[in-house]
Amino acid sequence: MATLLEVKDLKTSFYTFEGVVKAVDGITYEVEEGETLGLVGESGCGKSVSALSLMRLIPDPPGKITDGEILFEGEDILKIDMDDMRRIRGAKMSMVFQEPMTSLNPVLTLEKQLSETLQLHKGMTREEARGESVNLLSRVGIPDPERRVRQYPHQFSGGMRQRVMIAMALSCNPKLIIADEPTTALDVTIQAQILELMKSLTTEFGVALIVITHNLGVVARYADRMNIMYAGKIIERGSSREIYSNPRHPYTVGLLKSVPRLDLPRRAKLDPIEGQPPDLVNLPPGCAFRDRCRWAVDKCATDTPPLMQVGDGHTSACWQADQLGPDALDFLRDAQELADEGVAVSDN
Amino acid sequence: MTTMPSAEPQAAGAGQENDILLDVKNLKMYFPVTAGLIFQRAVAQIKAVDDISFFVRRGETLGLVGESGCGKTTTGRCILQLYKPTEGSITFEGQELTGLSTRQMRTMRRQMQVIFQDPFSSLNPRMTAGNIIGEPLVVHGLVKSKTEYRERVAELLQNVGLNPYMADRFPHEFSGGQRQRIGVARALSVDPKLIVCDEPVSALDVSIQAQVINLLEDLQERFALTYLFIAHDLSVVRHISDRVAVMYLGRLVEIADRNDIYRNPYHPYTKALLSAVPIPDPVIDAQRERIILSGEVPSPLNPPSGCVFHPRCPIAIDDCTRAIPDLREVEPGHWAGCIRVEGYGSY
Repeated sequence: MATLLEVKDLKTSFYTFEGVVKAVDGITYEVEEGETLGLVGESGCGKSVSALSLMRLIPDPPGKITDGEILFEGEDILKIDMDDMRRIRGAKMSMVFQEPMTSLNPVLTLEKQLSETLQLHKGMTREEARGESVNLLSRVGIPDPERRVRQYPHQFSGGMRQRVMIAMALSCNPKLIIADEPTTALDVTIQAQILELMKSLTTEFGVALIVITHNLGVVARYADRMNIMYAGKIIERGSSREIYSNPRHPYTVGLLKSVPRLDLPRRAKLDPIEGQPPDLVNLPPGCAFRDRCRWAVDKCATDTPPLMQVGDGHTSACWQADQLGPDALDFLRDAQELADEGVAVSDN
Repeated sequence: MTTMPSAEPQAAGAGQENDILLDVKNLKMYFPVTAGLIFQRAVAQIKAVDDISFFVRRGETLGLVGESGCGKTTTGRCILQLYKPTEGSITFEGQELTGLSTRQMRTMRRQMQVIFQDPFSSLNPRMTAGNIIGEPLVVHGLVKSKTEYRERVAELLQNVGLNPYMADRFPHEFSGGQRQRIGVARALSVDPKLIVCDEPVSALDVSIQAQVINLLEDLQERFALTYLFIAHDLSVVRHISDRVAVMYLGRLVEIADRNDIYRNPYHPYTKALLSAVPIPDPVIDAQRERIILSGEVPSPLNPPSGCVFHPRCPIAIDDCTRAIPDLREVEPGHWAGCIRVEGYGSY
């Protein structure tokens, strides 16, 4: 597979009265054509800002992309002017936002909103665009699309609106779709519908997908690879299989341990990550996670760990990555053994 | 009504009458939909909660789960008498709450408190954390002097894992997790018996969620609290609850012990709900059978006839469109409202 997107040392900062917030602090990754990449982290870790940076949608001021390169199909899109950027946005790269309630225009019919992109990027006439809109709606599983296309967003439920957003994102056959928390605002049963839909459509059209989420569970089944972010940096990166079965950063381990799991026996106590995420203004040198880390050593306070190879295509930004190994998830294995021995799954 | 789970000893099985802290029977909460500018006449009713019955034992945690709009929050609010229920009875420690006057209810609220979902909008931004926590003490006349007030506030802050010096700070100076701790301290201040936790962790990040869940469990043990834990996250509910009740479109569809409901769900909705929960492990998640429900939750303004779940139900038959299924005991202590459940009579 060819590389579709290469992000090199991207830095995005916000200039506020309290100081400079380095929301994204030097992240490097690439996306292959047609792959699904999970971008996981907690609120404030810079995952949404990194996505908005890709689209060059950072409000300036106060925000600014201060450094780095974003190579999309080999071209550095940070260097092109805004007119050229507009030709890429929506046509080759599109976005699905978290809030299906606020990301559609309430006073325009869906037909107007769907046709806009088609007329602009594909040069369709109004008639052609109308036909294509109906086509798109039926493709994302909206029943009775001829009638529905003339309706307004408030006439749709949350899940239906998210389907419309997906239809819009797909309308110009983009190469890349960025989905920012696409299912967070939806109910569990609708979440499953939307994720299945996104996966089948991106596979069908060979679209690469970046799914941004705070929930490790959501992307487990769908992502080929994962980036875990903390305090503006990617701290671990690898194939999904590797990340979930052999996490090599204490933060990833912490995330996996802090959630109760339906498939394993109930634990008497959860294992939270103690403390709070750091303030991104005046971040001290060293590893940003060290105050919450039980493996921290002196070196962590002075030297910022870079992403280091820990396995095949698997990197971790931790000086102690060797100490972590698969043992870090022992609790899961113990639980699994209990389950295998026939101890009832829900018992203590 | 002998088929409904209630506090009656024959229905509750092992339950002793005084084991039951809260007993809800045939609770209905209908909201009118009005039309007209001056003479607002009711043109329809939204049946937010429609004829549900359950009980909560002293010291246990009952998890109440369901999707948005299923009436779980409304149920919690009815119990606290923040809404006046349309019909039904709510008994707390043997006392009927529905007929009480506002003043009588105020004294009852000392025993039943609430923790809200959104730690950002449920704290007054102009009050210090100390005053937020201390206000119930003053309202209920629980402290006699300023010194006692300060000591009690400091103690409460410590109980929830905050520092006493934080009493002078304002809500915006706290993170989401810390704010939720303030909400917990406020609920604890009057030594309640029952706390209605309305989605207390869903607005928090995963790593902070676990901290708050552990805190709630510790407090329950220390102060012998009873929780009604309202949430939509089934893995969290399994972790914290002793028993779980599942709601769909204003009705209770299944209620059972935690282990029973997760190991052996009877109602097709519960099954679908459980199968939709993602597991953070790609290998295991790919092996699970996933029931993806088609369609969406219908509007409570115009609910389907018969069993409200039948339009989305994978095993629905014609009879499901006619009769509203009662909750029936399918195993000891395990109640489900579905006519297709095995051994469920001769439909």
